[in-house]
Amino acid sequence: MPTLTIDGQEITVEPGTTLLQACEEAGSEIPRFCYHERLSIAGNCRMCLVEMEKSPKPVASCAMPAADGMVIHTNTESVKKAREGVMEFLLINHPLDCPICDQGGECDLQDQAMAYGRDSSRFAENKRAVEGKDFGPLIKTFMTRCIHCTRCVRFMEEVAGAPDLGGLYRGEDMEIATVLEKGLDSELSGNIIDLCPVGALTSQPYAFNARSWELRFTESVDVLDAAGSNIRVDARGRQVMRVLPRLNEDVNEEWLGDKSRFAYDGLLRQRLDRPYLRDANGKLQPASWEQAFAAIADRAKGMDGRRFGAIAGDLVDCESMTALKDLTDALGSPHIDCRQDGAKLNASQRASYLFNTTIAGIEDADTCLLIGTNPRWEAPVINQRIRKRWLMGGFAIGVIGEQRELTYRADYLGAGPATLAEIADGQHAFGNVLEAAERPMLILGMGALAREDGDAVLGAASKIAERYGFIGDDWNGFNVLHTAAARVGGLDLGLVPGDGGLDTAGMVAAAGRGELDMLYLLGADEIDMSALGQCFVIYQGHHGDAGAHRADVILPGAAYTEKSATYVNTEGRAQRGRLAVFPPGDAREDWTIVRALSAVLGHALPYDTLDAVRARMTSLSPHMIERNQIARAAWELIEGQGRLDGPAFATPIANYYMTDPISRASETMADCTASFVSRPEALTGTDA
Amino acid sequence: MLSDKDRIFTNLYGFEGPDLASAKARGDWDGTRFLLARGRDKIIEEMKNSGLRGRGGAGFPTGLKWSFMPKESDGRPSYLVVNADESEPGTCKDRDMMRHEPHKLIEGCLVAGYAMNAIAAYIYVRGEFYHEAMAVQRAIDEAYEANLIGKNACGSGYDFDVYLHRGAGAYICGEETALLESLEGKKGQPRLKPPFPANAGLYGCPTTVNNVETIAVGPTILRRGASWFASIGRENNTGTKVFCISGHVEHPCNVEEAMSIPLRELIDRHAGGVRGGWDNLLAVIPGGSSVPCLPKQICDNQLMDFDALRDAQSGLGTAAVIVMDKSTDIVAAISRLSHFYKHESCGQCTPCREGTGWMWRVMERLIDGRAEIEEIDLLEQVSRQVEGHTICALGDAAAWPVQGLIRHFRPELERRILERKKQAA
Amino acid sequence: MSARDFAPDDLQPETFAFSDETMTAARTHIAKYPPGRQQSAVIPLLDLAQRQHGGWLPKAAIVYVAELLEIPDIRAFEVATFYTMFNLAPVGRHFVQVCRTTPCWLRGSDDLTHACQKHLGVGLGETTDDGEFTVIEVECLGACVNAPMVQINDDFYEDLSAEKMVELLDALKAGREVKMGSQDPRRQTSAPATGPTTLVATGEV
Repeated sequence: MPTLTIDGQEITVEPGTTLLQACEEAGSEIPRFCYHERLSIAGNCRMCLVEMEKSPKPVASCAMPAADGMVIHTNTESVKKAREGVMEFLLINHPLDCPICDQGGECDLQDQAMAYGRDSSRFAENKRAVEGKDFGPLIKTFMTRCIHCTRCVRFMEEVAGAPDLGGLYRGEDMEIATVLEKGLDSELSGNIIDLCPVGALTSQPYAFNARSWELRFTESVDVLDAAGSNIRVDARGRQVMRVLPRLNEDVNEEWLGDKSRFAYDGLLRQRLDRPYLRDANGKLQPASWEQAFAAIADRAKGMDGRRFGAIAGDLVDCESMTALKDLTDALGSPHIDCRQDGAKLNASQRASYLFNTTIAGIEDADTCLLIGTNPRWEAPVINQRIRKRWLMGGFAIGVIGEQRELTYRADYLGAGPATLAEIADGQHAFGNVLEAAERPMLILGMGALAREDGDAVLGAASKIAERYGFIGDDWNGFNVLHTAAARVGGLDLGLVPGDGGLDTAGMVAAAGRGELDMLYLLGADEIDMSALGQCFVIYQGHHGDAGAHRADVILPGAAYTEKSATYVNTEGRAQRGRLAVFPPGDAREDWTIVRALSAVLGHALPYDTLDAVRARMTSLSPHMIERNQIARAAWELIEGQGRLDGPAFATPIANYYMTDPISRASETMADCTASFVSRPEALTGTDA
Repeated sequence: MLSDKDRIFTNLYGFEGPDLASAKARGDWDGTRFLLARGRDKIIEEMKNSGLRGRGGAGFPTGLKWSFMPKESDGRPSYLVVNADESEPGTCKDRDMMRHEPHKLIEGCLVAGYAMNAIAAYIYVRGEFYHEAMAVQRAIDEAYEANLIGKNACGSGYDFDVYLHRGAGAYICGEETALLESLEGKKGQPRLKPPFPANAGLYGCPTTVNNVETIAVGPTILRRGASWFASIGRENNTGTKVFCISGHVEHPCNVEEAMSIPLRELIDRHAGGVRGGWDNLLAVIPGGSSVPCLPKQICDNQLMDFDALRDAQSGLGTAAVIVMDKSTDIVAAISRLSHFYKHESCGQCTPCREGTGWMWRVMERLIDGRAEIEEIDLLEQVSRQVEGHTICALGDAAAWPVQGLIRHFRPELERRILERKKQAA
Repeated sequence: MSARDFAPDDLQPETFAFSDETMTAARTHIAKYPPGRQQSAVIPLLDLAQRQHGGWLPKAAIVYVAELLEIPDIRAFEVATFYTMFNLAPVGRHFVQVCRTTPCWLRGSDDLTHACQKHLGVGLGETTDDGEFTVIEVECLGACVNAPMVQINDDFYEDLSAEKMVELLDALKAGREVKMGSQDPRRQTSAPATGPTTLVATGEV
């Protein structure tokens, strides 16, 4: 471990530490633009220069490994002069348009200029102007502002695995650009906005909408996939102005998928802001809460509880699912399900439906088998982790399912159950790879489970896990990748059919046959609404999507940015979202709606406060007490049911940008769909 | 003056053929096998003793550089890369070696490659030197044909390949790590150091990058002995050197001379003197465009070697002597160089990308005095802000000519500004 | 300079492919580099593409080379735009590059540029209407002791004057044979014009 002296202070650091990191450890802050700890070192901005004794020139601290006996000065006159010189160079061709720049107020260059800038410019020449570039619907470019740090180029190549950006030409004419007028076709592209230290790359949808100092920041959790990315919701007044990633090393690091970042405009559109009742003519009419509840109570009068069913959707929170479960039980119905897509998930064994390896744990794996999943679209930040692991080398990846363009090299093993069975039975060459692996993992997607033979698939995957040593004392390589943020919470809370209860498909069929009198759709929009027959449908949710269109009564709820609520991600990590803005109009936090309705139905649930409902929730699922923690789930072999004989695994997501009522309501996501999904070449897909 | 018998490049001007037979008649490939048989350590020792310093500009001791290469492979191969990206304005010596003495270069590759246990040499020739590259390729083909290189090169039991690689127009690829990037098929952007090429160079493998002349003189040094080479020139500045004399001389030329030859003797004896006589001399850029110019009074008694020119606040560089007589618009002459560096900056790091353009633009105004007196100081400061703050030496190279101009010709700069102001008033 | 900007879309061919002959040459280049390092061949292959395509690189050719070498398009575009010898738009049959850097300038490179412009009636970066000549200024070409000089296609023409430049242009246009290298009849390559001052007794070494 090298010991060096930084500003007179002796410090010992880990081998491989850079001078910049060592300086930070020693408490000496080093300015930087190009350096980013999650990207390769470019050393090009020269802002981090420090003085090293015995070196004739100042050294770029970001690129210099700390070594024993180095004597470093970060606060001498020569260091200050060097930084001022670099700052002056950065500014000579940078437009002084901060007043009209969206980066203003949160700009590294602006901040550093306060420390190292001159009060006036000595540059008497004309400034450089650079044409803007078309990076697609998400990223606005103003390339005259670019300081050529190449963070965006490195991110796209290294992290996103979509090397679409480069530096064309050279010298002062160098320009960051794409070629062939292609937008940035990556589901992680928005991160380059955060990485850009200046206003060259800004958010297109957010352009000129707000100033950072006007915004109220709320730390929350994303629900548009099941990764549980940590986010910050920035709001002004009653409106979400933007969504940014928040650091969580165990989940999303500091990245965020484009849907999670940009779908927020969908929160303003097609909102259910008051209750509705379907009138005698079949038209939905605005109603008061009292009228809506009365209509439900009226319909429920004398109803046999077994003719009631409830389905929880993909974005719903654990508090409201707790209430829904209790209400359903109170009504005496066993018909409840949180698996809209019919995924054959077994709620009785937690390890069978979790991403047991954990997201961060992917970095410890040495082999990966993807089964019926395209992580790139199902959970971009998890896909990024897989790529990160792959880049470290020694990581064999096999794919069973659709051949999709992934961001890492993978062996394509086969299309469906037959290949899975071969591996499970030790009849496939990839078995040798798994055999040799010390920490193998598999990822089972909804494309493999949400199907007739999903049970058998689950069993076969379980068998693979047992056979090839996926399960050890400190290792569990069996993983389910969910697509719904609500799913693990729902399974944890037991939102699955009780004794003799119907699952989602059963309820839909029963409704169609007239065997259910009342169906409660809590944010459930992904089922076949046309199959529900004459059943009385209550839709509680926030968007006028499929469920609301079919509903007889609409109870307006709150979107994820509008409530304090708990979600459990695919790993089994309970996290809390917070209220950033109030729900629109008469809409209410969801658990309170169920609670209020329960009283009207004569089964008042025994909780009146958020704390109380959470007490109930954690009594059903104790690990929800510990937030941002993962309790390792005990493993046991899952016996597959039925025959493994279905068709090829199909990816569950046809369009990354539109998967739920919020993203479907988003114009930004519609633009992305047009740009990246609807193009003919994008539809065909390419091999890995 | 160096006598002909001590000249290494006896076909510098191409009076004879570059072919293998002609080369052999000049002594190339003579007992190469026995040179190799001396063993790696002996060869490196001999090179060290000769005092040979790199001929590409930086003047790093060659034997020492070779000794940095790993003695035992850790599984990675080692490479020799020859820097034939000759692009420093004023410099055109490697060109003559490639077109007229390619076998000296190929034989030198084998000897150097053997000494550093390399599996192959890549000769990176600037793209514009098309015919020179073809000449080198012909020599490579001849050498393979004659089993001088390739498997069991010269019957030594050592396998060694030599490949030609052409660039495509980028001065910066003369910087050794930019050259490696370019050779790997990327933009020629210099790498951060450490790691140095001897640890991680081409394809991440141990690599030594040497200039054409450095490599080409190797076999002769080994044949004639380190002491012979070391006896020429001054201590620490030994051997022969090919000088390029361009600009305002009567007869511009390349010539191989003894290191440390007086500048005036070099010009008078070989280039026919300064146009209009020595007293008509204004200034000399003694080592290629990157080094600061020297006014006549310094040139009068200047020795041409690394240390003497360093002491004169300039440098030997590539030993390309650019002569400017009194008719020269010295500001315009240096501004042309500033334009060159602006044009050739790779754009990677801030001070060079932004500073080269800034310096050139100020220089252009200074040509006809469109500036304030204070801007001379500004220009000086800008050059200091570039110098020493960049990833590679191009920043320094861009700064030094400007600094040399201000150091020696400040009154001329001021005169132009004041003159213009007077005219305007 | 126009040749360094991408040609407009109407000049860009839809597709590009190597001829059999070019492909053979390309394979020779690729074979020089270790397995998996074929990216090293990107400059040689872009050069081959440019030669095959009449002196300039259409976008389709850059994409073609990238695909052949299995590298992302953008990496090949970076290379094509970084190195000045790649022309991104059509140039004349004779691509006249006048060296403008100080050693040539000291000996009259401006005269050559002016002579070219005046004689051909084009500005820098422009191509004559008949497509015969494009004239540009370039930085040091490395023939400084034979200044001033120009490069036309692959060939250097040295020790020029305005008159000799015009003669050369006329000869090229007329298809007459021209001699590369020094245009000073007294000179042997880089030796002094009055004859070598050294190596007068070659062979005695």
